[in-house]
Amino acid sequence: MAQFLSSSIGKKFLMSLSGLFLLVFMLVHLTVNSMILFDSSGELFNRAAHFMASNPIIRIVEPVLAIGFILHILYAVILTIHSLYTRPVGYKKQKLGHSSTWSSRNMFILGLAILTFLVIHIANFFWKIKFTGHDLLADVTIHGVHMENSYALVTTFFIDWWWIVGVYVIGSIALGLHLYHSIWSAFQTLGWSNGIWRRRLNLVGLLASLVIAGGFALIPLWVKISTLL
Amino acid sequence: MDLTLKVWRQENSKAKGNFESYQIKNISPDSSFLEMIDALSEQLINEGKEPVAFDHDCREGICGMCSLFINGRAHGPDEEITTCQLHMRKFKDGDTIVIEPWRAAGFPVIKDLMVERDAFDKILQAGGFISVNTGSAQEANAIPIPQHKAEESMDGASCIGCGACVATCKNSSAMLFVASKVSQLALLPQGKPEAVRRAKAMVAKMDELGFGHCTNTGACEVECPKGVSLDHIARLNREFLAANLKF
Amino acid sequence: MSQLNSKVPSGPLAEKWEKYKANQNLVNPANKRKLDIIVVGTGLGGAAAAASMGELGFKVKNFCYSDSPRRAHSIAAQGGINAAKNYQNDGDSVYRLFYDTIKGGDYRAREANVYRLAEVSNDIIDQCVAQGVPFARDYGGYLDNRSFGGALVSRTFYARGQTGQQLLLGAYGVLNRQIAAGNVELYTRTEMMDLVVVDGRARGIVVRNMISGEISTHFAHAVVLATGGYGNVFFLSTMAMGSNGSAAWQVYKKGALFANPAFVQIHPTCIPVHGEAQSKLTLMSESLRNDGRIWVPKELEDAEKIRKGELQPTDLPAEKRDYYLERRYPAFGNLVPRDVASRAAKERCDAGFGIGTGHAVYLDFKDAIERLGKDLIEARYGNLFQMYEKIVDTDPYTTPMMIYPAIHYTMGGLWVDYELQTTIPGLFSIGEANFSDHGANRLGASALMQGLADGYFVLPFTINNYLADQIGVARMNPEETPEFIEAREKTLAYIDKLMKIQGDRSVDSIHKELGKIMWEHVGMGRTKEGLEKGIVKIQALREEFWKNLRIPGKTDTINPELEKANRLADFIDIGELMAMDALQRNESCGGHFREEYKTPEGEALRDDKNFKFVGAWEYMGEKKTPKLHKEALQFEFVEVKTRDYK
Repeated sequence: MAQFLSSSIGKKFLMSLSGLFLLVFMLVHLTVNSMILFDSSGELFNRAAHFMASNPIIRIVEPVLAIGFILHILYAVILTIHSLYTRPVGYKKQKLGHSSTWSSRNMFILGLAILTFLVIHIANFFWKIKFTGHDLLADVTIHGVHMENSYALVTTFFIDWWWIVGVYVIGSIALGLHLYHSIWSAFQTLGWSNGIWRRRLNLVGLLASLVIAGGFALIPLWVKISTLL
Repeated sequence: MDLTLKVWRQENSKAKGNFESYQIKNISPDSSFLEMIDALSEQLINEGKEPVAFDHDCREGICGMCSLFINGRAHGPDEEITTCQLHMRKFKDGDTIVIEPWRAAGFPVIKDLMVERDAFDKILQAGGFISVNTGSAQEANAIPIPQHKAEESMDGASCIGCGACVATCKNSSAMLFVASKVSQLALLPQGKPEAVRRAKAMVAKMDELGFGHCTNTGACEVECPKGVSLDHIARLNREFLAANLKF
Repeated sequence: MSQLNSKVPSGPLAEKWEKYKANQNLVNPANKRKLDIIVVGTGLGGAAAAASMGELGFKVKNFCYSDSPRRAHSIAAQGGINAAKNYQNDGDSVYRLFYDTIKGGDYRAREANVYRLAEVSNDIIDQCVAQGVPFARDYGGYLDNRSFGGALVSRTFYARGQTGQQLLLGAYGVLNRQIAAGNVELYTRTEMMDLVVVDGRARGIVVRNMISGEISTHFAHAVVLATGGYGNVFFLSTMAMGSNGSAAWQVYKKGALFANPAFVQIHPTCIPVHGEAQSKLTLMSESLRNDGRIWVPKELEDAEKIRKGELQPTDLPAEKRDYYLERRYPAFGNLVPRDVASRAAKERCDAGFGIGTGHAVYLDFKDAIERLGKDLIEARYGNLFQMYEKIVDTDPYTTPMMIYPAIHYTMGGLWVDYELQTTIPGLFSIGEANFSDHGANRLGASALMQGLADGYFVLPFTINNYLADQIGVARMNPEETPEFIEAREKTLAYIDKLMKIQGDRSVDSIHKELGKIMWEHVGMGRTKEGLEKGIVKIQALREEFWKNLRIPGKTDTINPELEKANRLADFIDIGELMAMDALQRNESCGGHFREEYKTPEGEALRDDKNFKFVGAWEYMGEKKTPKLHKEALQFEFVEVKTRDYK
């Protein structure tokens, strides 16, 4: 197994598995967040957030998620550093645009952008909800259950600062470009692709990246714009 | 047509190389790219200079000996073609053409535009064959092979070992090359007995020789003169995974 | 050496090979380890032989001039490989394959060798399938066949238009296995410069490392040349740029006889020459003649208009076209043997009916596309059509292809006996490098068959017979053996001589001149006067070469000009011998066509009474006329007839 994991394909295998796992997380995350769009009272979102925070299965998955992130990032760094050594002398002229998409060539850059966004994002919400607390998070009671008012924290944040909305939109675009290449790519690395499935998976990748990136970008925009209407 | 060429010149594997500019005139658009370089060589010899060294042999697109990174693309600006089959009608009068050798850690430059590609031989020596001694084969029609499998196997087998996949890949990955052979043999019943050993040994050798990993950008497939498909890489991944699941 | 001994076993034709194998001497497995064999060349013959002998346990050293064995020019063979499997149930048999090959070769090949070739042809297909060669298959999963020139049965196995590539990669695969096992040591980018003979036996070679320029020597108990043909004498040919006759020429100068040098195959379906800068010709597979129809305009004025671009070939109605092969040879039609098809094209073009530059005829798929549909034609020939379009820039699906004959293969080569041994003991020659199986004309899809037959199934047996009495010969140290030291010094001096010419002409400029002389005087239609004139011109060119050549660069580094010069020096000599051989053969047979000897209809006129022999030339020294030896050809089992494809 150690031999497998140290091989180039084995490393990519880990990237794929962790990536697909993170994709599942994205979908869950988006589902929860989308509650903001459907209920301006915040009740729906707060209940969903509370469910996520209190469900024992989610609590178990949380550290696994962290490991997923760490593995994905760690191996991205290892592989990227390695590839710096595979071409000691570069080309003077190289037209890569003809043969591959920009996002497929810049997965690491996009990953860095997403990571940067992630740090901001965690500092904005997760950190406050989980550890430091915030005035806006003052308890609310919905159907007799006490929970944190995550909705207030999130929406206030977007309403107060335009540039934060901008950061979130940019983050979503980076995520979308990253996902656009990665869904088929992950299946390809796992060996689950052929002439027919490649087209299907690419379509799935396109749709998933549009939905996820679009969804994540829409939320802050919606929150901000709906206050202006 | 008249052209300006910017050509990589390098005395030997240890020397530091640099680009030289040459003017060349009266090239017929019906000439092949290598015939244009022949004309440059003739010109340089007449000027008392050393001609540009480059690899080439069959000049009909099948031996895989010719290489060259032309204006930023492996085998130049045409699809499914080797440099020797590229014709000058793909360029315009007055163009500047940048000609570079393959660049990859696995393909060291030995002179000018020539690189050493014995790494490919070594990968195949690690397991890119079926171990059958001369004389021990059974009757050829004893095992029918479904036509689509034979055809797909042939798709992989059409690799010419030129190295364009490595040269064009941002990670200098040799996956398409390795996949073409693993896939060809994996699709045939004759290749099954050694499948586990083959996939493991060839991937290990590929990694050892300094080729990068595959990030599925697909550039190799586009620049491959024989159009070898990425689907073979998926099959290699499958074979490699399966090989590592068997103990 | 006055009497050439072909060592053909006695007895009925079909039993000769079995009898030979039953009676030959063998080397026991323990002793094989102590015996070294050098194989020069890694094409179908070389790779197959090196791998097979490595499997047997011999210590093999394998040399090639390119960066990998897989580059050998066998890889460029497109159409297919013949075998007498009779999978199509159309009446094929070993005897029929043998007979077609003998007849196709215009009765100038040795019966016993050809029969053996046909016999082992079936083993080759088995072997290649086992190696994973992805031959074309039918819907049932069984092997498919196509037809080729000179045969009335479908016996050609193929892998799209890349059969040579697939067979070579199969052989390269088993060679790789032996390299990994340590039984074969591979030397790439290494060119043979000379043969080392010790006490009358081949004992090693001198080589030049093409990267470092280092000259070194290697010992072996036997040396095998699998170095291909010398067609590049003509400069323009379908051979690879590096294909050369130098190894064969070096051993000729050491005493090996060179047989039938005049027998050169001119392939009818090549892409025509585009101009002066042309460096090589590209073949369009003979398999295209299965479905393509060859024609020129019937009227001179139409041909003229097409040449001027005033008329498109597609505009010319069928009744104004001359399908000259179908007209002249109704039985075989477009599938007549290569020599016949080539001459017929030349005849039409010489008469003024040529299209394009005047040196081209049409190969038209219109009828086949109408009959079978574009999809099927694309499936059969797609890659060839694509190649044509890349080179010529017209679409062969809509506009007929233009083709013209070009130098493609050399039937002549080193004289070998039944064991594939040359007249130097211990020196063997296989594949295109020898002369043995194709007589005066090779049938399509037979070169691959011969290369692999020699490499897999003949040489590994026959070399045992020679090596059996060599087990007592200890390995020689080349550094200390006078013959090796001397050969190395000679090579160094020779290279020095080449480098010191310092004239003002490039190798290619002289080579192109040689090519023109050869094409004009020793090409498709030869005459006594023309050949004599050609010889004088070649001799003058030799003077020019040694006086006016310029090789830039140094000797201790990669120097392609030096490599080319070394080969060209030998090409000039080979060219002269070819002309001499063509001059002595006062008949027309196969690829050798003397204008003086033809029937009133223009067909080749053989002279079996006086020329039913193999002409083998012996080197007598520099500037001396070589001596012609004749191996009389006995046809015990076939009746010698006039070839008739009507």
